[in-house]
Amino acid sequence: MSGVRVLVGTRKGAFVLTSDGTRASWKISGPHFAGWEIFHMKGSPADPERLYASQSSAWFGQVMQRSNDGGETWEAVGNDFGYAGETGTHQWYDGTPRPWEFKRVWHLEPSLSDPDVVYAGIEDAALFRSSDGGRSWAELAGLRRHGSGPRWQPGAGGMCLHTILLDPGNPQRIFVAISAAGAFRSDDAGETWRPINRGLRSEHIPEPTAEVGHCVHRLAAHRSRPNVLFMQKHWDVMRSDDAGDSWREISGNLPSDFGFPIEVHAHEPDTVYVVPLKSDAERFPPDGRLRVYRSRTGGQEWEALSDGLPQRDCYVIVLRDAMAVDALEPCGVYFGTTGGQLYASADAGNHWSAITRDLPPILSVEAQTLP
Amino acid sequence: MIRVVLPSHLRTLAQAGLEVRLEIEGSVTQSAVLDALETRYPMLRGTIRDHGTRRRRPLLRFFACGEDLSHARHDARLPEAVASGAEPFIIVGAIAGG
Repeated sequence: MSGVRVLVGTRKGAFVLTSDGTRASWKISGPHFAGWEIFHMKGSPADPERLYASQSSAWFGQVMQRSNDGGETWEAVGNDFGYAGETGTHQWYDGTPRPWEFKRVWHLEPSLSDPDVVYAGIEDAALFRSSDGGRSWAELAGLRRHGSGPRWQPGAGGMCLHTILLDPGNPQRIFVAISAAGAFRSDDAGETWRPINRGLRSEHIPEPTAEVGHCVHRLAAHRSRPNVLFMQKHWDVMRSDDAGDSWREISGNLPSDFGFPIEVHAHEPDTVYVVPLKSDAERFPPDGRLRVYRSRTGGQEWEALSDGLPQRDCYVIVLRDAMAVDALEPCGVYFGTTGGQLYASADAGNHWSAITRDLPPILSVEAQTLP
Repeated sequence: MIRVVLPSHLRTLAQAGLEVRLEIEGSVTQSAVLDALETRYPMLRGTIRDHGTRRRRPLLRFFACGEDLSHARHDARLPEAVASGAEPFIIVGAIAGG
């Protein structure tokens, strides 16, 4: 392992940061797509030079970009995300039916084995797949049609499909999460789906333990143990040991269990990171202190990691796709804030420093470990 | 020869200059201009009008000859000055942002 590449999507462009394995100094390239929102960028595990980026604008809509040289150059590929068949309706905020309408791509998940296969999670929530490197997209419509789709409602940020997890040991299995519908699993490569929300409790819906309606903010799993899922829900940090069939709360001693990102250490499947916020009404770090919390026991027991992070007057937040780990030794952890700071730890979270402090608000962070 | 002025972000996306020139066979309508533009610059598909409905994106307007043609019929002939190339067909993005 010789280096790392960090892909940062912001409100006003994309940045590509590279370093050698020491992660001591960084070269920053960008802004790419200056002036556009970059919701997410991610590299192919099968070919790290192949990157995909979601470029979006209120004026010009969605553009998809692809790079074959690690972000040096880009080409626009297909941006037609037409829902399959009859569009149907979901619930609007006031409970009235509203037709599904494409707004943007929130998350890109390249296949683990084929650089030309990539999944896209979109708003209004649906899952799309491309098998030609992003030139064309087809909806995996079984997700919206499995039965509960008409009952899904948007969260405050929109009705987005923001998490896609591919099972490294089972190509048939895909997990997704939707705000505010919940988590879903397919065991047939995306053909059919079922909700996996048993054990979740959400007080903001009429039936707190309903099958769907939960505002799941993020899912994470370790590639060696794909049946163990971690979840940051709107409130509550949760864990499943049976691929989502049941969940239990692992918030433990966290100062707050509201937050957005959740991430798993690259080499320790029971080491988990979250960034708590005070509450959904006051979306700030508790006490104005930016602290990552790490559990080394798979949840329940958490320690604050603050060395190098601002410990007063800090009111930035970390969005759901803005935390990532590399696979170097020791594991590197990265997160970006709405204040434009990109923090990194080259020792699994013990010490932090800002790689850069003045980017536009950061929407997403991904880390690629380069050979 | 039809002249089309693109907003800055679309010029960057298309790797085009301020003004692009298009040949159009037959009637010079809004649809014909946009069809020709998207054929020459496929990366602009979906950025000016919706893929499915073909409707103009809400934060864009079409101007020409000092007139706002945004709400004109897609199949209506554009002014003769646009058809002759004397005046450009201008695609404008709303002024907003932070």
